[in-house]
Amino acid sequence: MKKLRVLIVDDSSVMRKIVERALRQAGLDLAEVLEASNGAEGLAEAQKGALDMILSDINMPVMDGLEFLKNLATVESAKGVPVVMITTEGSEARVVEAISAGAKGYLRKPFTPEQVKTIVAPLLGGIL
Amino acid sequence: MKSILKQGTQAAVPFDPNWKTILECAALEVFEMMAGAHLELNLAPTEEPRGEQTAMVGMAGALCGMATLRCSRDTAVKFASLMLGGGAASNPSTARDALGELCNMIAGNFKSKVHNLADHCMLSVPTVITGEDYSMETASPTEGVTVALTFDGEPIWVSLICHT
Repeated sequence: MKKLRVLIVDDSSVMRKIVERALRQAGLDLAEVLEASNGAEGLAEAQKGALDMILSDINMPVMDGLEFLKNLATVESAKGVPVVMITTEGSEARVVEAISAGAKGYLRKPFTPEQVKTIVAPLLGGIL
Repeated sequence: MKSILKQGTQAAVPFDPNWKTILECAALEVFEMMAGAHLELNLAPTEEPRGEQTAMVGMAGALCGMATLRCSRDTAVKFASLMLGGGAASNPSTARDALGELCNMIAGNFKSKVHNLADHCMLSVPTVITGEDYSMETASPTEGVTVALTFDGEPIWVSLICHT
């Protein structure tokens, strides 16, 4: 199994750790976990390249997750990297907006490691 | 921003006392899923909410108000340890951040279970108050429900305060 390099974008440091823990509990072999506390920091990390997956919160200060997703489309090194949006909001409209902007999956908090695996594993099918 | 503007046209969702059951369910699910903690309902609470840590999340749109989660500092540390793994919660700010996230998820889970709220009610980022000697007052009339829970024998309160 390939060791993965993932980027977690969330303004809560606790939530970043929880997402990382859930990914490990879901069975992902993480070589490196990069963290960013908003979309602007996330873009800077994504520009460095070599990511296997990005997980991003939607509600964040400075640059929210949807804006991050739209800007990410212009980052050459992030082309083809699957993005999963994570949010507390149960809004159908925001899901549609995120998918339209290029998100490949959507995870609603609260979540279990099993739910994380169900969403994430198919997106990494080619490299797991 | 477009989604926020859309909310302006949504009629207010009136307060319903039956939301207490939905709030109970939302809270129990969040603790179970995110902390692996099985909380019990305290069906006959004998005291007012207390505890040195209170997390608050504002709600705006079709429902205006606030969700709060209150417990002792020790209980907040326990939850943070369960959520992050042993020892991760030794930093007090981590325990506060974890409590804020739990409150945020309870508010989000609650609104996703109430018809017309999911798409038309926005949540603020969480705020956490430390200390017990405070009172909360609002400028407009409010109604609300409070759910009393216990974990390892320690009390936890989840409240929803709605502007009417």
